[in-house]
Amino acid sequence: MKNRLKVLRAEHDMTQQQLADALGVSRQTINAIEKGKFDPSLPLAFKMSYLFNRSIERIFEYEESAS
Amino acid sequence: MKEENKNFKAQTLRNTKNLSYWTMAWVATMAVASFGPEFIWDYDKVYSGIAIGLNIAVGIGMILANRKFLLGLDELQRKIHMDAMAIALGVAVVGGLSYSLLDVTNIISADAEISGLVILIGLTYLVSVVINSKRYS
Repeated sequence: MKNRLKVLRAEHDMTQQQLADALGVSRQTINAIEKGKFDPSLPLAFKMSYLFNRSIERIFEYEESAS
Repeated sequence: MKEENKNFKAQTLRNTKNLSYWTMAWVATMAVASFGPEFIWDYDKVYSGIAIGLNIAVGIGMILANRKFLLGLDELQRKIHMDAMAIALGVAVVGGLSYSLLDVTNIISADAEISGLVILIGLTYLVSVVINSKRYS
């Protein structure tokens, strides 16, 4: 799954730690999501959606796995 | 939401401390139950029974503290620990039975000790957590 989290975070002038603080998760989780290594749960995706005032589809983009 | 993560951090720290206290208490009661009969109460069955009962009770507290610790983690941290637990469980079953077979078939001269299996499980869990954490960093 691709995402625009890093871009949105930069637009809001937030560090990974600040975003983690705002979402109630660890900085490691934000980093893993930004790098596409970890897909967040639906509740966490909704929190991001509310925080950045964007729909989930405008933050995350589903792509078929290569495997 | 800022307040939420302050609570998240504080809760994680609290749960970690809580788990460490229960673990230390469990190790202490295990030591008392193991060495008490020989060095303190000369194999009195009543005292040994009380010590073992106390060890089980504290062990149950430690299990519940571990569960609370896991539930308090965020979703990635929980996944890392769950993956490590799955590997540790597999190693415990396969490694434990193989170790037992080595003893039963006299391939190893010493008796298979449960402590060896516990050390294997602990090390497997630890290494798995480190590898999984690096994978997501």
